[in-house]
Formats: sequence, C-alpha cells, structure tokens
Amino acid sequence: MSILDSKIPEGPLADKWTKHKNTINLVNPANKRNIDVIVVGTGLAGGSAAATLAELGYNVKTFCYSDSPRRAHSIAAQGGINAAKNYQGDGDSSYRLFYDTVKGGDYRSREANVYRLAEVSGNIIDQCVAQGVPFAREYGGLLDNRSFGGVLVSRTFYAKGQTGQQLLLGAYSAMNRQINRGKIQAFNRHEMLDLVKVDGKARGIIARNLVTGEIERHSAHAVVLASGGYGNVFFLSTNAMGSNVMAAWRAHRRGAFFANPCYTQIHPTCIPVSGDHQSKLTLMSESLRNDGRIWVPKRIEDSEAIRAGKLKPTQLAEEERDYYLERRYPAFGNLVPRDVASRAAKERCDAGFGVNKTGEAVYLDFASAIQRYGKEKALTSGIHNPTADQIRELGEKVIEDKYGNLFQMYEKIVDENPYKTPMMIYPAVHYTMGGLWVDYNLQTTIPGCYAAGEANFSDHGANRLGASALMQGLADGYFVLPYTIGDYLSHDIRTGKIPTDTPEFDQAEKEVTDRIAKLMSGSGENSVDYYHKKLGKIMWNKCGMSRNEKGLREAIEEIAVLREDFWKNVKVPGTANSMNPELEKAGRVADFLELGELFAKDALDRRESCGGHFREESVEQSGEQEGEALRDDENFKYVSAWEYMGEPKDAKLHKEDLVFDNIELKTRSYK
Amino acid sequence: MNLTLKIWRQSDAKSQGKIVDYQVKGIEGDMSFLEMLDVLNEQLINKGEDPVVFDHDCREGICGACSLQINGEPHGPDRLVTTCQLHMRMFKDGDTIYIEPFRAKAFPVIKDLMVDRSSFDRIQHAGGYISVNTSGNTIDANAIPVNKDDADSAFEAATCIGCGACVAACKNASAMLFTSAKVSQFALLPQGKIEATDRVLAMVNQMDEEGFGNCTNTGACEIECPKGISLENIARMNREYLKASLKG
Amino acid sequence: MGGLIKSSIARKVAMALSGLFLVFFLLQHFTINLTSIFSAEIFNELSHFMGTNPLVQFALQPVLIFGVVFHFVMGFVLEIKNRNARAVNYAKYNGGANASWMSRNMIYSGLVVLAFLGLHFYDFWIPEMVHKYVEFAPEDAMRYYPELLHKFESPIRTGIYVISFVFLALHLWHGFASSFQSVGFNNKYSIAATKFAKAFSIIIPLGFIIVSLVLHFTH
Repeated sequence: MSILDSKIPEGPLADKWTKHKNTINLVNPANKRNIDVIVVGTGLAGGSAAATLAELGYNVKTFCYSDSPRRAHSIAAQGGINAAKNYQGDGDSSYRLFYDTVKGGDYRSREANVYRLAEVSGNIIDQCVAQGVPFAREYGGLLDNRSFGGVLVSRTFYAKGQTGQQLLLGAYSAMNRQINRGKIQAFNRHEMLDLVKVDGKARGIIARNLVTGEIERHSAHAVVLASGGYGNVFFLSTNAMGSNVMAAWRAHRRGAFFANPCYTQIHPTCIPVSGDHQSKLTLMSESLRNDGRIWVPKRIEDSEAIRAGKLKPTQLAEEERDYYLERRYPAFGNLVPRDVASRAAKERCDAGFGVNKTGEAVYLDFASAIQRYGKEKALTSGIHNPTADQIRELGEKVIEDKYGNLFQMYEKIVDENPYKTPMMIYPAVHYTMGGLWVDYNLQTTIPGCYAAGEANFSDHGANRLGASALMQGLADGYFVLPYTIGDYLSHDIRTGKIPTDTPEFDQAEKEVTDRIAKLMSGSGENSVDYYHKKLGKIMWNKCGMSRNEKGLREAIEEIAVLREDFWKNVKVPGTANSMNPELEKAGRVADFLELGELFAKDALDRRESCGGHFREESVEQSGEQEGEALRDDENFKYVSAWEYMGEPKDAKLHKEDLVFDNIELKTRSYK
Repeated sequence: MNLTLKIWRQSDAKSQGKIVDYQVKGIEGDMSFLEMLDVLNEQLINKGEDPVVFDHDCREGICGACSLQINGEPHGPDRLVTTCQLHMRMFKDGDTIYIEPFRAKAFPVIKDLMVDRSSFDRIQHAGGYISVNTSGNTIDANAIPVNKDDADSAFEAATCIGCGACVAACKNASAMLFTSAKVSQFALLPQGKIEATDRVLAMVNQMDEEGFGNCTNTGACEIECPKGISLENIARMNREYLKASLKG
Repeated sequence: MGGLIKSSIARKVAMALSGLFLVFFLLQHFTINLTSIFSAEIFNELSHFMGTNPLVQFALQPVLIFGVVFHFVMGFVLEIKNRNARAVNYAKYNGGANASWMSRNMIYSGLVVLAFLGLHFYDFWIPEMVHKYVEFAPEDAMRYYPELLHKFESPIRTGIYVISFVFLALHLWHGFASSFQSVGFNNKYSIAATKFAKAFSIIIPLGFIIVSLVLHFTH
C-alpha cells in the first residue's frame, strides 16, 4: 500500500459525495469567525473558493500578483463551460459527463473525483446565473448550449467567445460582496514566496508586496493554493505572461507531492509563431474546427513555394491539398481530440509541409463552410439562382456571426483576412493537467494545504476535454473545497490566532530573503528571459508534443546545466525593495528550471502514450491503429506523485493506483 | 524599422518623473507594441540600466492589465484593440512615439508606465454584485428566463475589461463609461433589478469619492474603448441614478 | 433630493436641464427678433409685452437670470473639478482623435458667449432696467424698434455680435444634443433627436446673425 491515501469514500459511485458531505465534520458559525484561511490565486478556483469561504463565515485573505483579482488568466478562456443539465434533452446526465471526462482523459483520472465534478456541474450554472453571469440565451429566454470536441451531446454553456471572462467576473463579484462586508481582505500585487509549516501543518505564507518589495508574513489555519498551471515552463504558451508555478512549487518543496507533471495539453488551434521576438501565443477557440478544414499542400514543392511567398494557398486546387485529418481519421475528421490534432499537425510540418515562414503552420480553411452556409442561406432567403459572389457574401456573413471576434483578432495579429485566405494555425501549450497531488478532499500531502483548479492534478487525467477547465475550477471553488476544508478546520476551533513571530516564520522568511539576495547577486551575464527562452526551447523540442527516451534524458541534463548557469550568471537589475518585475520573473523562472527537470523525469518514467503524453516508443505496431498512441494499462495505470528530496533528479516517485469499478478501459479510436 | 521612443520614467509614486528618449532598431511589423518594449528592455538590461516598467499579463486583449497612452491615445492609434494587440505595422520607420502612463488623479503612478487602478476595484466593491450565497441549491438556471435582447445587452456591457482607457482618454478623467458598464450589466437582468437602487447610488458615490472627473459627453471613451462599450450605458446609468435618487 | 447636487451625475443633469431651459429661451428670443425684420409694429408690441408684463418681469426674468448664472457658475465649477481630476497632464494628448473640438472646448465657447452676454446686458438689459426702475421713465410702447436699430448701426458691434453667435452655435452643437444623454435619454429616438438638436444649433444662431445683418445693412 502506497503512502498516498486518496480518502475516496466507500459506497456506490453516485452516492459517494452526498454521503461524504453528510458524514464530515462541520464548524459552527460562531467558531468560523475565529478561523482564518489564506487563498493564493484569485482565478475561477481561488476567487470562487474565497467568496464561498467568506460567505460561510471564515476570515479570508486572498493573494494575487495582478492589480485586481479580475485579471487572473481564467479570464482568457473562450469556448464555454460544460454542465450536465440536459437542457437540450439529448440524453445527457451526470454519468455521461463523468464517462466522457474519464474517457477523454485517457483513463488516467480518479473515478470518484470525476463523478463528483459531473454531479455538481449543474449547480455551477445555477449559481452563475443567479450571480448575473450573462450566458448566451435563445429567443425564448432560456439558456443556449453548443457542442464541443470529443462528445456527443450539447452541454456547453457559453457567453460568446468570452465565457472565462464572464465567469471570472461572476466569481469576482461574489468576492466583491465579501470584501465589502470585510470578510475578505484582498492582497493584490502580492506574490506568495513560501509556505510556512508549523508542527507539520500549513499555517501561513511568506509573501512579497510587489509594489514596495516588502516581505510579509501571513498566518492562517489553512492555506488554499489556486495558483493555476505551469504551461509557461515552455516560455511560449497561451498562458498569461505572469502565470507561474511558484506557489505550487514552494509547497512541493515543503512536502506536497507533485503529480503527473508531464501531462500537458497542447492545443491545436493557435496563431503560429511569427519570429524570435514572440512573447506569447494566442489561442483561437477550438470551436473553429467545427467549420474549418485543416490542410497542407500534397506536394512538398508547393509548401516550399508558399513559404518563399511565390504561391498563394488559394491558387492550389482541391486535389493538390492534403486534408490530412480527414484522410487519417475519416470518422472524426477535423474534430479529433486536441492531442491527436496537434500531433498530426506536427507530423506534417516535421515532414516539411509547413506553410508559414518558419515552416510551423498548417491551414485552417473556411472556404467550404462559406460555400455551404452561403447556399443554405440563399435558399432560406428565397434567392433561387444566387451568383457565386452572392453565395460567398451570404456565407461570410454566417461565418462572421459565429466567429466574428476570432476572425477579427486573427486579422489584427496576422494582418491577413481569414475570410479570403485560409487561416494559419499551429499547436501551442495551453493547459497542464498535472499539478499538486490532492486527495478526495483536495488536500495535498501537507495537512492544511489544499489545492484547487488547474493547480491540482485531480480531474482531467492525461488529457482535458474542451470546456472542462472552467467547470473544474468553479466546482472546486464553489462546491467542493468549502465543504471538505470544514472537516479539517473543525479540529482548529480552539487553536486561536496563529502567531507570526515564531521560529517557523523566522526561518521561512530568512530563506526567502536569502533566495532573493542570491538572485540579485548573479554575475549579470544574461537576462532572465534569456534563460526562460532557453528552457522553453528544451521543453518544446524534447518534452513537447512527442517525446522519446533519448530526448528526455538529454532534457534532464540540459535543464540541470542551465539551472546551474542561471544561479551563477543571471542578471537582475534594480533593487529588491521596490517594484521590480525582473526580480519577479527571476524567482518564477528559477522554479520553472526545477519543475522542468521533474517534468522530463516524469515523462521518462511513463513509458506509455496516453492523452497529452505521447511516447514515440509506445505506438500501435500494426492493424488499423498503426502508428497511433498505445496506452499501457497493465504497467502505467497509476498517478505519479513525486516527493521532493532536494534536487529534482532525486525526487521520489509514489504511485497511486487507479481503480476503475464503473468504467471499462478501452482504446481511444477516432479512425 | 527604427524608432525614437519618448517614454515617461518615474522611479516611484513620490518621485518626479520625466520623459526620456530612447532609440530602438530592427523592429518588425509583426511585433506587438509590448514586444517592441520587450526589445527595448532587453537592450536596457544588457546595458545595466533599469528596464521600463509597465503593466501587462495575458497579452491577448482580455485581462485588461496593459494600458499606455501612445501618441496621445490610450492603447494607441488602432481601434478596438488593447496595447498588447496593437501591432508595430501601425507605425513607420523613423517615427517618434510618445509613451505615457494613463493619467488621472484616481490612477496614481506606481512606477514608470504602471499605474494603480485599484479605484476601479473599490467602485465594484461598493456594489458590483448580486447578493446571492453559494448554497448549491439556488433556483434552477432556467427558472429565470431573460429576454434575449436584454441578455445580449447585459453581455455587451459585461465585456468591459476594466483597463481604464475610458478614463485615460477623457479630457475630464471621468470613469462614467466603466461604472456605467458595471451598473448596466446588472440593471438589465432580472436577477440584478432587486438591488438596483442601492447599487447605482453606492457605485456612483464611490466613483465620485475616488476623484474621477465629471462626464461631459465628449464620447472619447467610447471611441477609445478596446471593447467598444457603448455610451448608451452612461445614459442608462444616469436614468438609473435619477430614479434611485428620487426614490431614496 | 438634498444630496442630489453633490454627485457628479446630479451636477451633470443640472447642467443639462439649465442648458435646455436656455435653449428654450433662445428660441423665444429669436422669434421676437425675427419679427423685427418683417414688422416694426409686431416687434414693438411683443417687446412691450415682455418688458411690462409682471409675470415675465418678476417671475420669468429672475428664473432666466438664475438659469444663466447657474449654468455658467456650474460650468466653471465642473471645469475646475475636471481639471483637478488629472493632476499631471499628458506631454502629448491627441484629443482630436476621439472627440470633436466643440465637445472638448465648451468652456471656451461658453466664455465667449458669457462675454457676449455681458455686452448684451450692457447694451439692452441695463439701459432697460435703468429706464424702467431707476428713472421711472414714462411708458413708450414704440421705443423698442428704434433702440434696436441704433444698436446695430456700428459695424464693429455687429461684427462682435456675429462672432459671438458663431461661438454659440459651436456651444450648442455639442451642448444641446449632449443634454439628452445627460438626462438619460438614449434610445431608438435618439438619432432623430440628435439631428434635430444639431439643426437647431445651426439654424437659430444663423437666424440671429441674419437678423443682425439685415438690420445693419438695411438701415
């Protein structure tokens, strides 16, 4: 038996959560007033958790590096949020959402957690509507749904292409109400630099006021980490510039196990990199694949001519194009899951068929959809013999209604009109399924330290379905954590305020200030970005969309060398006791340089292909699925939870075996 | 292209600031404005100088962190974009570009081009919410039908990213567009009507306390808003406020 | 209600309402002026009525004066407050990129109009008051038209008059239409209302100018 206790309640799957809620300890309202909770991160998970905990009566302190909680990167989610409401009457249910999520995650998530997620998903929509989130509606005044990749029902609620923004503003408004009541103290422009443990329990954090540079001590009876994912370890990703792993990594160094770091989602439809100066990648909603067809030229000479600017994509006839997804996956075509679509694009570009300057882009073409919609629209508008121009015009109008804001964004960035010439897309790092290991109560391996949202590992297995990140963040924050944390806090009703003038806080603060001093004292040869970009290159080339043993071993070594060089030669200008964005970046990159190595180590250990993790050694050797990812349930049906032992190379692996009582494990096939 | 940048440098809130000239070379049209500043900063760091501090985060036009008054306009000369989505192809080789922080008494400078916009947060603390607890058994979402037009208008108002361009553009540094977008979002929905009176009074009161100027309907805010928030929201807030004042 | 005027929105509404009141007054004033180029009798008759009717003299006139004073005092107060709302000015401010000259310079067009009002009071209102309430001069129902002609004899005075009305047009161009927005009127009729306001802003001042020029050149 592993030392990992997932604390999954007994009983049938569908009753576990209700039963658990009924049996865990509660804290009475008078006592809640004497209990403090720190929430680090104020995105969907942190914001909703903070608001709900404050409603319940706890004293909450929130921390975020932005100037306002409303700027957390949850705001950038576009497509929507899943919920098993079955408003469309298409046979959806909690079970079906649960099933889709486990299957989509390639059978690497915990059944009980996922079922609970599906079970509370409907409540999220109720709650958000009550808060005034303006979801899209039908003319009858009821909520509208759309469908998303990898599933057979319409269960995605949305607010145009800005669902994340609207949900975050909802959570933020709930926070505002509690800030107004004095129940939440919001520490914005603050960054958590360490977790403080007292008698083995999480009892506070050390934070830096980013405006003044002051190092502050904050104590609490429990600490919730909702600090998001670590996609920025790749330097280029769709994450915000400031997104980082620091809070989670600091907790990891203090004893929280880090689970499945190698599970990364690479999203197939992003705007390609245009040059070395690029700082950030922009996602185009997955929904575009509903109408866009993905292709590259059939002949490599054509690709070369396009790259050299001698040929235009629109000059290529239908038979000169390779619609490779439709060719390889006739059943799902352009709507294969994200990981499959991403790898297929990489395969074509690696083979020399890429279509932009850098050779790393494929086309996403709306010409057929424009024709199809144009004809349909002409018919319904009573135009009997429409001209080609009329059809095109009508079709473009339909496309504009559906994706106008995305097309406009594309045109602003790329300076090409996507109605006239096909869009160029390429995969980019988007989401990390891995994160801090948590039990059923969302508690990490440090008592009193909880992790919610993208920061934990729990619900998406090896691959996340579209529109499920928002669902999980809010499920954790609104409906799971506020209950489960009560069970832990019920033992703290007599503890009283946690003092900060103790040796534990002294020690933690000293370590933090020493580290800052060390960062500031580098020889000054290279900027922080220099190291971050180098790390990103290693990660992308060797731990990216497809991985092999040789590359991963090289990555581990190269990252270790880079880390050593970083600590010797990094240049951090300015002072530690003032606003200093370079110092902030340096601290974050220092942690990425450790996480990156653990990431590679985890990927090396997992000698199977599953979900977002593709090992070139583990592919189907024959038959219809030849060359496709091969999962190895016999040897790898476990969660990898890494214990910090000093250097990342010494990290110790603990395995949590995954038990599937309700779902039969199958090979994912999209042929 | 090569550019001359005239950038406001100010070491902290208390110090005096001034415009400092910089030269950048080899800027490409595909770069975003912030990537151009990254190039400058890399240059400054390598020379051992302090890099220019500015707010930015998502770099895809939705978080509202980036700001900058560029050649006298918030978010620069392009329309319906934030600074992070403003591309250098909008400029020509040899151009001189003024880069200043968003200016308002209610947005004090923190450092260089970074300003403190917490006044916006305080306006929202004052009433930017619907008082509903997270119980897990609030009424079913479809139990409250909402007229599609109202829902769409509420959504349009709610797309405000709180960047502060409206304040920066306004010759009076008024925050009416921002506040009215927040008030409108709730005022348009049945869920929000119940607290509408208290909300508009509290939010406008807070807006005034923060030291923003008065609206004189120049319309600059609407033109410069990266999300195209409409002036209709201001008219709606005026109505709501009058109604609430007469009632209360 | 008491605290109403303290808020920015209340001040803005008050500006709009006082402005609308003045617009209404302007229309009435113009109507009377217009008659002067058609018929001296009607002009005299109307002027006499306005000058002697106790309701006009002791109710409407004070309200009007209050309206004028309120509008410009409030205008100054708002201008000062608004300037204070931006402690440090931009080194480069491209106001023309996003707002009309008229909307950005209400204080200047307003000041020109105010200066003109000073002249106008000096020309007409003060002599009128002296005539009626200081000297208690005997009633003469026919004196208004000759007085009017006398004032427009000087080309300089007529020129100042014309320029002032150009500025009034600029002031109205933004002010009139914008008052609808201030009082919360923004709906499907707004476009028509705005068009009407813009037309009014041109036609009425232009009318005043024409009247003055006709009187100047024909006598």
